[in-house]
Formats: sequence, structure tokens, C-alpha cells
Amino acid sequence: MRCMKFYGLIDGSDTSLKNFLVKLPGVDAVGADARAAMLGTRSIKTTSKRWAIDTAISMVDLTTLEGADTEGKVQALCAKAVRPDPTDPSVPSVGAVCVYNDMVAVARKHLDSIGGTHVPVAAVSTAFPSGRASMKVKIQDTKDAIEAGAAEIDMVIDRGAFLSGNYIDVFNEIVAIKEICGEKAHLKVIFETGELVTYDNVRKASYLAMLAGADFIKTSTGKIAPAATPPVVLVMLEAVRDFYEMTGVRIGVKPAGGIRNTKDAIKQLVLVNETAGPEWLTPSLFRIGASALLNDLLMQRMKMDNGYYASPQYVTID
Amino acid sequence: MSKRIDVKKTYKLFIGGAFPRTESGRTYEVKNSRGVFIANPCLASRKDLKDAVVAARAAHSGWAHATAYNRGQILYRIAEMLEGRRDQFVAEISELTGVTPKKAQDEVEASIDLLVWYAGWTDKISALDGATNPVAGPYFNFTIPESLGVVGFIAPKKSALLGFVAGIAPIITSGNTVIALASESAPLPAMSLAEVIATSDVPAGVVNILTGKSAELAPWFASHMDIDGLDISGLEAKLVAEIKKAGAQNLKRIHSFKEISSPGRILAFMESKTVWHPIGV
Repeated sequence: MRCMKFYGLIDGSDTSLKNFLVKLPGVDAVGADARAAMLGTRSIKTTSKRWAIDTAISMVDLTTLEGADTEGKVQALCAKAVRPDPTDPSVPSVGAVCVYNDMVAVARKHLDSIGGTHVPVAAVSTAFPSGRASMKVKIQDTKDAIEAGAAEIDMVIDRGAFLSGNYIDVFNEIVAIKEICGEKAHLKVIFETGELVTYDNVRKASYLAMLAGADFIKTSTGKIAPAATPPVVLVMLEAVRDFYEMTGVRIGVKPAGGIRNTKDAIKQLVLVNETAGPEWLTPSLFRIGASALLNDLLMQRMKMDNGYYASPQYVTID
Repeated sequence: MSKRIDVKKTYKLFIGGAFPRTESGRTYEVKNSRGVFIANPCLASRKDLKDAVVAARAAHSGWAHATAYNRGQILYRIAEMLEGRRDQFVAEISELTGVTPKKAQDEVEASIDLLVWYAGWTDKISALDGATNPVAGPYFNFTIPESLGVVGFIAPKKSALLGFVAGIAPIITSGNTVIALASESAPLPAMSLAEVIATSDVPAGVVNILTGKSAELAPWFASHMDIDGLDISGLEAKLVAEIKKAGAQNLKRIHSFKEISSPGRILAFMESKTVWHPIGV
């Protein structure tokens, strides 16, 4: 299916894209809020909770995206990604390490040297987080990251163009970046849902990105609030589910930003299971972009093992 | 004209500067000394304790780094606010415990005075316990007492207000944050004190108050890795051994006290930091 251009749903022209997007039904905002809130009340306990914690750990894209990042910090993050709890080898490695472009080589090299060849490096590219740069720069940015060893590219869309209705510009950018990624790297497309304002826009952006060749659709950069709110993730999960019915291709979803504790993470897993289905409950189709979350997952895991509450003083700070 | 219906107070918990209900949704009955129903306070669960620890831990750094002078002012402010609501507390205590209004008034006044007494200690405790140590080298060597972190307090069953103030005041004087479990049989003055604290410029999370059963919650206080110290003055004697054992696992400092006003109560939940400083720099 994938080899067929744009899944045979559009021909790549401005008109065909607009026609496709305009026919998408609107999102019932009140309904989406209510359904996400209802799914958030599910109680996950004992063995299910244990499974959910380990699954969530394996889905974390352990992230550091600060101007103050250093090689040392990235290396420490890599060590944590491979063995999140050094005292407990049964804790799975995380889904990926997510860093800025210039730290990709550092991360890859360090992961390989500490037995973390199975942990991919994700790079935020295309002038992350604003996306305000020329296409030439965005393409070079992506090429740099892949050359340095990034197996996953997290690109941002041009929200300005999207909000002004220039869907084809956004579409063509994703197509161009996808071409560079080719088979070498997975492409995650970041919408920055906090700037898209409405659920209708989130749905439109989801389909636009999927048609253009995204392997994953991702909520946010983590730099803007609100980010991965449950209703937004619900709308995106519905989009990948419906897209699978149309094309037979499963696209992944990555909520990022604002998921800080175990409860939030388990709510996300419930959303996935109840919306897209259990097939999506795997790191190859669902990731959680986070930094503080991992410590809380580890502390909850310790609590389940030991029977008493853990302290942040017993897990690493970053 | 119909008779006015009284507006009864719902007694809730005090966590992170807010008044949430217990997440468990449970309550229990509190009766006065004559067996008359008084109120349904929250029966807090271990998850409420967990939330309170998160709030207390988040508040610790700011409170510990506030100047001693500022902490003293805030403790004094609690006394001021309590003074302003004296009559309410006198009425509550005498209704709940059956003591005469005169005795209740004595207890409220003693509580206010005790807050003022501890307020005075904030900037003096380091002079009492700190030291300049003689060392064999060109260094100044200082030992300074600092706050421990998050401290739990199991309040005594009797003297619902004075015993409660005697627990939380010394803990917060040094810059600790506290999670207090109010007296099981007489929790209402403690919860009313929460309203006083909430309006006294005490930063959110510095004082957190739960109501519930000490037999249920004390083991969770003791085993929680993120609670650094525990005042078990109000714990039943038969539970003490179990609690000390659970606390030993995480090296928790566990103390109980008989005296109401004692600098020892402050120092029990402080730890010493020693600083070396070269002479002539």
C-alpha cells in the first residue's frame, strides 16, 4: 500500500488535498472532552498497573531539549535510557533518546559504548521548536541529524502556514523531509496542538501529515502549554484508527509535553487501548515524549515491589 | 417567617494550601464527650498522605531558604490570626471535649502563646546548637543546624489544639515542612487551625493536615521513603514498636515528646552541617 503515492487518496495537488481535508467531519468538542475525561477515570491496579508501568517505560522518548544541554548531560540521559533503574535489571530500556540535532552523535556514540545499541536516537529537526527557517535550512538540519546517526526525526510543521490555510505548503514540507528520511529514519510530525487552537485543526493536521508520509504524529514540542491533553490525543488516535481502516497502514502517535506522572501515562494507555486498539500498545506505534515522567514511573514501580512509597532522592535527577 | 437553617462546615483535609476531600471519599463520625454527633471529617487514605508528601517536599526548599526572620514573622502571624478567632476555638473545644469554657480558653491562649514562643526561636536556634569548632589548620570550621526536610506528626489524642500546635510549630520553626495527622477523636480544632494557617502567609505545602485513623496511616508515615522525620507523640503505645521498625528501614528520625515548649523539639528535626572556610580569604 505504502508504495502507492499518498495512499491513492489524493494526487498531491493543492486542490485534491483541500478537497480531502474539507470533507473531514468536524470534531464534537464537548463529546471529545467528555469521552477523554470518562476514560481518565478507569482504575488500573495490581498486575495491570505493573504491566502498564513497564509498557509506559518502554514507550518513553527520554528527552532533553534545553539550551543548556551539555555532552555530559546527554550521556547521563543515555545511561538512564538503557538502564532506567541501575539497581533493577528487570526495568526495560526506554523507547528512544530525544535530543537536539548537535547532540545526536554524542548520544549515539555513548549509547553504543554502554550496550544500548537497541535504543534509537530521535532528533528534533526542521528548526525546532518554531519551525521558522527556510526550507533549505530545514532540509540540511534533517540531513545532519541522519548522518549523525538519528533513527527518528521529529519535525515541526509550519503552524503559521497551516493556520493561514496554506495546507499544501505544510504538506510539501513533510513530503520533502520524508524523502530525506527515506528508509533510514522514522519521521514523526509535530503539530504543536497548543497553537492549532481547535480539535478540527488537530484532525486536519493529523490527516495531512499521514497523507504526506509521516510514520508518527506527535502532539507538541513541549515548549508550549497546553500540550498533550487527553482530548487532543483522543482526536489523533481516532485519526490513526480511521486512517488504518482506509489504507491498511498503521501510523504511530506520540503525545509529548505535560505528561509528568504515572497516572497521566496510564490514562494515555487507556486512551490508546480504547480508541486505536491494543495493536497500538507497542513502542513502535505509541511513544510518550517526557523527561520527568520516567522518575515517577520508576518510583511507582519501586512502590509496587517494596510495598512502601519511594522518594525522588533515590532516583537520578535527570 | 421560617426558621433559618444553619450552614454547617464540611471538614476537609489541608494539602498544599488547598482544602481537598479525601481521594477515598470516606468519612467517619466524630462525637463529643456526651456522645452527641458533631461532624463527619474525612477519613484520609494513604494516597492522601502520598499527595501531602509531594506538596510538602515541593514546599521545603522555599521554606527552608526563607530567612529565619521571615519564618518567625509568619509563625507570629499564625498566632495573630488565632487570637482573632479565639472565641470560635473556645466554643469548638468546649463543645467537643466537654471542658468548661474557662479551660478551653486557657488551652487556646496557651496555644497562641506557644506559637509566639516558637516564633522567637527561628533566628536563635542556630546560636544555641551551632558551633565554631577548633581545628588544626588555617580554617574556620562551623557547625550549623539545618532543617531536615519533610516531617510527619501524629498528634496526641488529648489536648486537641495545644498538643497539635506543640507538634507543628517546632517542626516548621527550623524550615521543615510538616504533614500532621490530627487527633482521631478530636480532629476539628486542628482542621479549624488549617483555616488560620491558610490565612497567615504560610506558603502552600509547608503545613499539611490529614484527619483519619493513626493505626491505618502511621505505618505509611513510617515506611514512606520521602518523609525524613516523624514525631509520634500521639501514637498509641502498642503501635510504637511496629512504627519504629518500619522507620528504621529508611533511617527515619522518630521521636516523641512530653514537653510542650522545648528547643529540643526543634533540634530533634534538624541536622548539622559542617562548613570549612579558609582563613584570610
